[in-house]
Formats: sequence, C-alpha cells, structure tokens
Amino acid sequence: MTVIDHTSTEFDDADRVGLDHRLAQLEAHAIFVIREVAAECERPVLLFSGGKDSVVMLHLAKKAFEPGVIPFPVMHVDTGHNFPEVIEFRDRLVEQMGVRLVVASVQDAIDQGRVADPGPTGSRNRLQTQPLLYEVGRNKFDAAFGGARRDEDKARAKERILSFRDLFGQWDPKNQRPELWRLYNPRVRAGEHLRAFPISDWTELDIWRYIAVNDIDLPQMYYSHRREVVAREGMLLATSEVTPALPGETPFVETVRYRTVGDMTCTGAVRSDASTPLEVLTEIEQSRITERGATRADDKFSEAAMEDRKREGYF
Amino acid sequence: MELLRFATAGSVDDGKSTLIGRLLHDTKALFDDVIDAVAATTARRGGEGLDLALVTDGLRAEREQGITIDVAYRYFSTPLRSFVIADTPGHVQYTRNMVTGASTSDVAVILVDARHGLREQSLRHAALSALLGIQHLVLAVNKMDLVDWSEARYIEIRDEFVALAARLDVPVVTAIPLCALDGGNVVDQSPHTPWYAGPCLLEHLETLPLPRYDEGALRLPVQLVIKPAVGSGADVTAERRWYAGSLAAGTPKVGDEIVVLPSGTHSRIAAVEGNAPAVRVQLEHELDVSRGDVIADAHDAPHTVPQIVARVAWMADKPLRAGSHVLLKHGTRTVKAVATQLHDRLDVATLTSKTGVGELGLNEIGTVTFITSLPLPIDAYATNRTMGSFIVIDEVTNGTVGAGMVAEPVGAH
Repeated sequence: MTVIDHTSTEFDDADRVGLDHRLAQLEAHAIFVIREVAAECERPVLLFSGGKDSVVMLHLAKKAFEPGVIPFPVMHVDTGHNFPEVIEFRDRLVEQMGVRLVVASVQDAIDQGRVADPGPTGSRNRLQTQPLLYEVGRNKFDAAFGGARRDEDKARAKERILSFRDLFGQWDPKNQRPELWRLYNPRVRAGEHLRAFPISDWTELDIWRYIAVNDIDLPQMYYSHRREVVAREGMLLATSEVTPALPGETPFVETVRYRTVGDMTCTGAVRSDASTPLEVLTEIEQSRITERGATRADDKFSEAAMEDRKREGYF
Repeated sequence: MELLRFATAGSVDDGKSTLIGRLLHDTKALFDDVIDAVAATTARRGGEGLDLALVTDGLRAEREQGITIDVAYRYFSTPLRSFVIADTPGHVQYTRNMVTGASTSDVAVILVDARHGLREQSLRHAALSALLGIQHLVLAVNKMDLVDWSEARYIEIRDEFVALAARLDVPVVTAIPLCALDGGNVVDQSPHTPWYAGPCLLEHLETLPLPRYDEGALRLPVQLVIKPAVGSGADVTAERRWYAGSLAAGTPKVGDEIVVLPSGTHSRIAAVEGNAPAVRVQLEHELDVSRGDVIADAHDAPHTVPQIVARVAWMADKPLRAGSHVLLKHGTRTVKAVATQLHDRLDVATLTSKTGVGELGLNEIGTVTFITSLPLPIDAYATNRTMGSFIVIDEVTNGTVGAGMVAEPVGAH
C-alpha cells in the first residue's frame, strides 16, 4: 500500500528508504528484461563503465540470477583516459561479483590502426564505437546490456528496451521493431546484435534512490571531494596528464563531485557538498540542469550529437 | 510514489508534442539547459519564445519534417504521482509505433483539433487503445482558442466521441477542452472556460484510479531455471532448482497447490523469494519444469488450448492470410503457429466489423484463428494482460509483425 504525501513536493524519508510502488515496478521490470535476454540470447554481455548506471545494472543482474551466478561477462569500453579510481573500483567490483571482464580498448584500436589517433589530449569519446563493435564481433556477442536511460537525451528517449543493431552495428531509428507489452523479441541473425536497456524508464533520481535503498557502493568521485580543476566551456574539468590546463587557464582547488563518470577529457565535475546518497538526492531534486548538460562536453556539439553517435553503433 | 503511464495519441498536427511540452514545462520538469536548447532552436527557425513541440521530437528526421516518427518517453512527477508519458506518432504510417507506446500505458489521451473534430486517425487510435484494454480514455479537445473557446463545439465533439466509444467497450471516457499552446486547462484552469466544471488534464491524471492488472489466481510464466551456485548450501532445499519469473497474477505462498502447464503436473510451493512481481519459487517435487511453462493456481488454472481465436493488430507490409506460418510469443514461450482463418476486419471509419475478408494488411485490426504447435495456457486478455496476449513474429525476418489479444480462451467464433 502506497501512502501519498499530499503536503510536500519533495520525496520524504519514507519515500526514500523503501521500495515504493514506482521503484518496485522499475526494479521488477529491469530484472524481467535481464532474464529474458539471458534466456533467449546465446552470448549476452553487460557493458560496464564503473559509472553509477552500470553499477546499478550489475546489481540488478545479480538479483536476477540469485542464488545462481551471473551467466554473462561484463565489458568495459576503455578510452585509456580513465579516472584511476574508477578503474580500481571496476576491478574490485568485478572480482567481488565473480564475473569475467572483457576490455575493449581504444588504445589498442589506435595502436592497431583501427581508428585514427586524435592526439594526446584529443577526445576519444567517439572512438569508443569501433572497439565496442570490434569486441562484439570477435566475441560473437548477440546482446549487449547497457545502462542508458531515456531521460538522459532525446535520442535515447526514442529507443526501444531491446534495440536492434544490423551487421554493421548500426541503429535505424526510423525503423525500430514494434515492442508490445513485456513481450520482447530478441531474435537476431548471425552477425546482428541487440542492445538491451533494462533501466530505460529510470530517471537520475530513481538511480540515486535505488543506490540509497540498497546501500550500493560507487566510486568515491560521485561524492563531494576536493580536486584541482580548470573552468572550461562552462564546466569544471579535472586537471591531469591528458587534460592539462590550457594557456590562459588557472587551475584551482574546488569542492566537487561528478554526476556522470566517463572519459576524463569530456566529463566535468559540479560544485557540491553532497557526501551521501541522501545528500545527493536532495541536491539533484533542486538542480535545474540535466546531468549530461552539466557534465558532458560530448553532447554539446549539436542537437543530434547522441543520435548520430548511436546510429554508428555507440552505446 | 505511485506510477501512472499514459500515452498521447491522435492525428497529425492535433498538437500531441506541444501538449507534452506544455505538461513538462508547467510542472517544472524541464531543466534549464533543455529550455535553453529549445529556445535556441525556436529562434533559429524564426519563431519566438519556446516552441514546446520541440521538447519531444528527438530524431533528426523528426525535426527536419516537423513530425513525430517514433514514440518518445518522457518523465515527470507531481506531489501526487509520478508519470511516464509515451508520446506516440499520429501518421497512419507509424501506427505500429503508436501501438508500442500504448501497449504499456494505463491511460490514453487522445487529442483532437477542435476545428477538425474527430478524424480517422483519432478513431483508429481510440479503437487500438480500447483493443489494448486501456480502461481510461481522455479526449483532449485541443486548440479551443481557434474555435473561440466555443462550448457548443466542445459538446458536439464530446458527444460524437462518447457515442463511438460506446461501441468500443471503453469503461471510462473523460473529455477536456484545452489549449496546449497557452496551457489552458492543461495544468491550470483556463479563464476562457467558465462553462466547464471538470478537472484540468493534469488534475485528472493525478486522481483517476490506478488500474490493477495483476489480480486473480497465481500465474507465473517461467523465465529461467536457476541452479544455486556450487557450494551455496549443504541441505537439500538449498540445492533445489528455482523457477524465476515475473508474476502475471497472484501471490505465491509456501504450501499453495500449483499446476505446471501445459504438462498438468501438480506440486506445492516450497519457497518464495524476491520482490514481487520479480520472484523465484521452489516446488516440493522435482518436476520437469522449463522456460515457457506456466506455474498456476491448481484450483483456478488457465485453459490450455491448442488453438487461439484473437483480435490481431497487424503491423507489417506483408499481409496476414489464412495459411500464413508465423511464430507466436506468449508469456515466455515462442511456438510455431499457422493462421487458419480470418474472421473479420474492423472498419475504422465506422468502428464496425466486416466479415468475409481475405487478408489483414498493415495497420488493420481483425479476428484470426491460429493453431499452435504446443497448447498454450490462456486467460482472456480482459482478465489478465500477460496471459491473454501474444506477439506475432515473422520467421524469416525476425520482425515483430502483429499483436494479438484473446477475448475468450476456448472455442471458435
């Protein structure tokens, strides 16, 4: 029985700490999708970046197969420009969950001449598509679970839960399969594959409520910490070997956290004092900027940036 | 927080995308960077302010053509409820995308342009919503500003729709006069409709009762058989297999007598774990149970039938004919099937059925008998959405080509 609070516009603590109607439905649906794909596809894989959405995905996968084991490996598409703490976190969690890790390396793709080298400080974000599709082909994966959410971007808002990819890994947004009820059709021919998005209908708030309810560990950079940054294109960018301060920029130390975790060269931090999931929830409830708008330079190029990348086979 | 899913439907240019944009904007669900982007695009196209229709049109081709091609899903919350909106396309060409969005919705909001009144697409979408078992239809009479907020025009459209909806067996129809462009009667009452005493759209969506689909006796389509990880327990119960699935109805309890379908073997529930509806159960006896089987209440089991008579919405260019070989996915089982008879086809203009038809074409609705390679446990769709529905899959292309709903699990028409 759900009790509705008629007096407050914010989630109260009762809403936050329980699996209420909404979160229970979202969780059950995600588990259903994960089980369907695992049952019907020969070789699924779970895309895992160490970011909060993929961490939640891994926890949902664990729940879906308990008391058995997760019957598929995870794959990290590694740009080589990672936050070191995320890689440490990734390795620890993979070990803990007992799953096999496949790394699709952008550096290998550059070294082997499969993609052009964008230079030492160039963005490797768009280069992720080639190694991703390369490993999908090499491992004969016929389904790849992703933690993409429809509230992240307007192209993602259009995508099916099970999204078909042709022989070239391409998404055809004008010709998507009908998807009725919960009757998912995961049938593909050899060489084609699916992307499966079990948490499509979750919002950033749902992710954080789920993390709070289930006490899920995340990389520490999701919480408030002090870090040297520069201000660039309206974002706070951490300084590092691959993101040095440019001429005219003065690095400064700021109290920040990350709302998303991606390639260091295009993922910005936000000023924040939030150091627990509940504090993060409060902060997001009051935020007026979407998480990608606040922290992702890669989506600012054009209004179809995500769609164009997705058509090519991006996440 | 309760979750309500609703779809917006209706003909092209009746203002669906603008209405969604208006709902998101007026409930403050749009973030500043999104508003800035919409304002910039509006200005680039020579417009002023915010063209709210741009909020949901997410594909390049949609922005180029100014139409909606596929469903966009959007999210917002109010203090009373949280919502998932499926903004579905109006073009007849993209009807299958409308069906996709409506199939998981609790409510359908059908827009009509007050100047044009009901059009064929409004009726097709109303018929499809009714077919999909949507209990609440909302008729949003939009663009009231363009008919000078005429009460007479509103009543004319409302009465025509209510009369047609009666043929569709829709239990609840609510008509609301509104203007998505200026926001009148969307989130806030319009000053132009003193003659309208009903709720605004948002208030209606916040207060209408949530439909319940999962009531009734136990139905658990088995998704997976899970063997416990090696070494997870020494005793016998820990080594028993688990049957995992999503409850289509009922709540399993230890000791409940169950029947496994289609085999018909009996046992009792020995253990239940997981947050409903995503559960796993153990049975007292070691039975041959696999993916696709249904664990059901032994005293109130579905009919297991070798043939299905269903209302089918067809979604492929290649028509369905008597003799067509297809695959059906029902619950967690996919079987071979052949269409043996086409009984009738819905005439969308009059919402009446015509008999003596040779085929079911793209975007048509008709009644079809299928014989399946395995008997399937079926409930009426009105009783149980999961147990009464199936999709049709083309064996050659792997595409999803049809959606079926069973009115009565036994007998033929």
